[in-house]
Amino acid sequence: MLSVRALRHGSLASTTFDLADGECLVAQGPSGSGKTLLLRAIADLDPCEGTVLLDGHSREVIHAPRWRRLVTYISTSPGWWCEKVGPHFADWSAALPLLTALGLPEECGGWPIQRLSTGERQRLGLIRALLLRPRVLLLDEPTSGLDVPAVAAVEDLVISHFNTGASGVWVSHDDAQARRIARRRLVLENGNAKESML
Amino acid sequence: MNYIQLDLIDLAIAGSLVLLNGGLSLVLHLQLERQLLIATGRMIVQLLLVGFVLTTLFSTMSPLWTGFAALAMILFAGREIMARQERRLAGLWSYGLGTSCMLVAATLVTVFALTTQVRPDPWYHPRYGLPLLGMILGNTMTGISLGLHTLTTALVRERDGIEAQLSLGATRNLALLPATRSAMRSALMPIVNAMAATGLVALPGMMTGQILAGVEPTEAVKYQLLIMFLIAGGTGLGSLAAVMGGAYRLTDGRHRLRLDRLSPSADNS
Repeated sequence: MLSVRALRHGSLASTTFDLADGECLVAQGPSGSGKTLLLRAIADLDPCEGTVLLDGHSREVIHAPRWRRLVTYISTSPGWWCEKVGPHFADWSAALPLLTALGLPEECGGWPIQRLSTGERQRLGLIRALLLRPRVLLLDEPTSGLDVPAVAAVEDLVISHFNTGASGVWVSHDDAQARRIARRRLVLENGNAKESML
Repeated sequence: MNYIQLDLIDLAIAGSLVLLNGGLSLVLHLQLERQLLIATGRMIVQLLLVGFVLTTLFSTMSPLWTGFAALAMILFAGREIMARQERRLAGLWSYGLGTSCMLVAATLVTVFALTTQVRPDPWYHPRYGLPLLGMILGNTMTGISLGLHTLTTALVRERDGIEAQLSLGATRNLALLPATRSAMRSALMPIVNAMAATGLVALPGMMTGQILAGVEPTEAVKYQLLIMFLIAGGTGLGSLAAVMGGAYRLTDGRHRLRLDRLSPSADNS
């Protein structure tokens, strides 16, 4: 279980919620309301106030790189540090089934990053993170650059991870998507963080 | 040693060449007259002062005053490092990091040379210590400023890639490795190039000076080799410390990238 207590960071309102294993929470709100800041704060990528616990253990007692492997942030435009796709993956063969599931060809490991479309980058960034088998996925609009079939494929893949016990905070603008993936919603608006059922 | 002394008339004749430049600037509307005048004036005053200070230091032979002179040189060089940064570290770090790394590296290498290779008597003799320190400082300064400049530029430019690695559980050392590597490479490139080109493209200034002063060329070459080795050592040590220190400062104990520790007024330099 992930517990977020009075988490504050920049324009993000003080946010408190619990997330059970296997559960997904959709985060919504106008731009500038702090959705990305919320995810970055949970992943401990920025200094912020408040408490975040995983199974009752405060993240401060967990080595930061290990924390981020357990609670993994997936940016809406994932970053890259090598010229080609392949070297971004520790084990390319493990990535193959996920590539197929998301409609990417196996030979894309040799493609230069420069050539990838926004949607390809998003899907590869997601796969890269899923391979770590994190306990909590922090997804920042992971389908914003995708066409309808690819959106469905990403939702199916992530939901299958939720079914194995992983949980997630999913930032989404799309109400229909919110209802497909989650039962709870966190709305960030006017300096407030309010939770409701979908 | 037999060398030909210069008098004021000799200098005045050579100085007329600068006047020629001034004339060119007027005729061609280069608008350089003012700058030329100021630069020439500064050079004359600065060099006369240095000559006076060195003469005094050589005659007093005081380790304390020699130490002060060395410290002043290091502090000026530190200011130069800071001035050359497009993106500076916030707060005292912007001056402190480059200066302290240079202080340690240049002092170590100079003292090393004075006590084991050159061995003047006493070892802190300003005639040897200050010129050696000056040459080591000048090059270490270039290395450190290039290293820090490359590091901060790479961290800002590669921010997304670095944060992606951190998000996936990389330590800060691993995530910053490409940036620290390229920073070290650009810090060391000038000395590598200088060593490769020395003697072919240009006769180094110190060697030329010794030859003009009547030293046998083969002896002058030995001094030049010594100084190049020392410069390489000082540049390597100083830049390594500065790049590591910069990488340490721009990340934190929770392995976050902390670009907020760069000064916001970066454009004003």
